[in-house]
Amino acid sequence: MSYGETPSQTVGPYFAYGLTAQQYGYDFTDVVDPVVAGPDADGEHIRITGQVFDGNNDPVNDAMIEIWQADANGTYAENPVDVASTGFRGLGRCGTGTDAQNRFYFDTVKPGVVADGAAPFVNVIVFMRGMLVHAFTRFYFADEAELNARDDILQSVPADRRDTLIAKRVETRTGVEYRIDIHMQGDAETVFFDV
Amino acid sequence: MSTFKPRDWGSHAPFIAPGYKSTLLRGPSRLPLAIKSGLTEGTGPRFAPASVRKLDFDLTKNGVTNGEPLGERIVVHGKVMDTDGRPQPNILVEVWQANAAGRYVHKVDQHNAPLDPNFRGSGRCMTDADGNYMFYTIKPGAYPWGNHFNAWRPNHIHLSLFGPGFATRLVTQMYFPGDPLLELDPIFLETQDPVARERLISKFSIEKTEEGFALGYQFDIVLRGRNATPMED
Repeated sequence: MSYGETPSQTVGPYFAYGLTAQQYGYDFTDVVDPVVAGPDADGEHIRITGQVFDGNNDPVNDAMIEIWQADANGTYAENPVDVASTGFRGLGRCGTGTDAQNRFYFDTVKPGVVADGAAPFVNVIVFMRGMLVHAFTRFYFADEAELNARDDILQSVPADRRDTLIAKRVETRTGVEYRIDIHMQGDAETVFFDV
Repeated sequence: MSTFKPRDWGSHAPFIAPGYKSTLLRGPSRLPLAIKSGLTEGTGPRFAPASVRKLDFDLTKNGVTNGEPLGERIVVHGKVMDTDGRPQPNILVEVWQANAAGRYVHKVDQHNAPLDPNFRGSGRCMTDADGNYMFYTIKPGAYPWGNHFNAWRPNHIHLSLFGPGFATRLVTQMYFPGDPLLELDPIFLETQDPVARERLISKFSIEKTEEGFALGYQFDIVLRGRNATPMED
């Protein structure tokens, strides 16, 4: 017997006190937050940050971004026990409504390579009011040009749109940041994947 | 491990859905690029049972400050399964909703209806070994929104599930049977297939109704199934 999928519906404007309560200062715990890797996790500690822009090129202040990535060795943390012992969770969630510039951010480690012929990357899901179905994308890393040039999925993207998936490395006072914006529409529209 | 079947776009609304105006500037304008589902999409986060605390599944109790929340107490039961009917155990289900008056705790909600000091409206639970979940709450009220003149959202509860892989992530809304606002609600109607959108409506259940305490509703959730063949990479 086969069953039909339950349709997706928008996360709406009021998700924060349910899904990102601590980030927004509501009296409820978060199961997932912007800390993808704790201070004890192995690997190069980085912050990933950026804004989400709508079709008018205005920053979106009620989007929610989730990421899922491998650890520094290229392994996905599927066992919750491992998460507790290594400090690496692999999963992050951040709303864009708490930063003055509506940025999302994730504190994580740079992922390792998960398979031969792949560059390091982060899986991304974009949710917001005005999206009935979430969109999948990926963040790659600008300083991995050699591996990026061999990555099957990145190379399957038309060359003039590949840059929309590549986060730029910036050395800041507090550490290494990768910056990447998500454009929902327009000339710089981010490449989304039918995962 | 096997990969997941592709998303069945016939069961979902399009990115740009003109009836729901906010989609016009926020939905991607280009078709998403198909990619071969691999290791990445086949994996997903697992949550320890301790992620769900004692009162997280009872929204009638987890926001109490000085008494009981107002409104009609309900209990929602459901089974999470995939398109092949396989039950999905240990799936985190996060829920949030308006109170009985149709007001959200969220700071941005300015609807002129009262907050309830004893109801926050958010919680979570996990599916058991057979894929079943349940939570107690108050039936949410309808509320107006700015999409068009005299627009009102039907009563609904938001649900968020990860499923067995990152690819099976689902955020949806559960509606109530017999709600006259459903036929006027673009968020509901933009799922074009009437058979698919019926899956968003819970069923009243006298069997799940608790004598003298709470009306019962059943809301089963179907996530993408797995491909029969193992992944190549």
